[in-house]
Amino acid sequence: MKIAMPVNDKSMESCVGNTFGRTGYFLVYDTETKEGIFVDNSAAASQGGAGIKAAQTVVDSQVEALITPQCGENAAKVLQASNIKIYKIINDSIQDNINAFNHGELSLLEKIHGGFHGHGGK
Amino acid sequence: MKIAVLSGKGGTGKTLVSVNLAAVAKEAFYIDCDVEEPNGHLFFEPKPIGSEKIVIKIPVVDEKLCNGCRKCVEFCKFNALAYINNKLIVFDDVCHSCGGCMLFCPEKALTEQEKMIGQVQYGNSENVTVVTGILNTGEASGTPIIKKLLNYAKREQAITFIDCPPGSACIVMESIKDADYCILVAEPTLFGVHNLNMVYELVKLFHKPYGVVLNKCLEGENPAEKFCIEKGIKILEKIPFDNELGKLNSNALISVREYEKYKELFASLLQIVTEEVQHEAAVNP
Repeated sequence: MKIAMPVNDKSMESCVGNTFGRTGYFLVYDTETKEGIFVDNSAAASQGGAGIKAAQTVVDSQVEALITPQCGENAAKVLQASNIKIYKIINDSIQDNINAFNHGELSLLEKIHGGFHGHGGK
Repeated sequence: MKIAVLSGKGGTGKTLVSVNLAAVAKEAFYIDCDVEEPNGHLFFEPKPIGSEKIVIKIPVVDEKLCNGCRKCVEFCKFNALAYINNKLIVFDDVCHSCGGCMLFCPEKALTEQEKMIGQVQYGNSENVTVVTGILNTGEASGTPIIKKLLNYAKREQAITFIDCPPGSACIVMESIKDADYCILVAEPTLFGVHNLNMVYELVKLFHKPYGVVLNKCLEGENPAEKFCIEKGIKILEKIPFDNELGKLNSNALISVREYEKYKELFASLLQIVTEEVQHEAAVNP
């Protein structure tokens, strides 16, 4: 199964990004082959609607699950329309989250925030 | 003559200044561009003359015609469109109604649909024509309403006061676009200076003539005044910190219609502003 995760750099030793829409990159990881590729998040510098565009990138990567610290409502709408499950991270380690996912230890992200809409912040 | 009144934050006294200036003028046009929370009408209590609904145009897709080329998705700067599961999704709230997606669609699968986002109300209050823009709760941008409000002012001969939204974002830029002069209202605090600087940079960027009204002035040091002196900004008036004025304002009363002393204060400010505008017109025609 392919999964996606927002990450700060193109490396497995990097950290999970602290946002979804404006993360630098997405890790697209195949849990069967244990191989991952890094995809640029072209939405990072968007004027607005970053979450929607980032979600489009994730959908186009044909993943079945997203592991993220947070997710806005517009992005969630796009992801849910493609039946992508949204899980919450356990910490900021990429490998820990992959392991937790493989062991079925991640829980679904319950809190979908209303979006920041140009106001930044965390 | 169009005078915009603005400030970097809410609560500095934009409405106090613009309402009282309009009320003290012989004949005036007051436009409330603070469409997210218009409050000038609470002071004027205008007799209603009319209202107009404001609609914007957003795209709708004909799924039979859409072939999934994604030209619209790639074009949209605001990312209001996504193509998911062989279906185009439009995010109305994110759409800025530019119409570009409809122009780009090679299949003519996108058409315009009207969406009401708010209204404009107009009425009279003694010597003042009051025009108020109201944005519906939850709508993303009041800019289309402000465009409409300023259209009313285009035909207007009387002195016009534009009560701007707080801050220095797009919505404020739209509000000051046609102004002949900008009054920046500032509070005597360090935070006030920060906010004054935001609108100061904005009016400079727009090459608008401007001056500052220092509101709520106390005895002692005034950081906003210091800022004006350092930058060589004209101080039009210093309104003292005054419980009575505050109380009148909190009760939605127009000070210049209540007491002679406030009438004198704002008449003097109006005189100074008028001279500034005429001076500008002579120097930079």
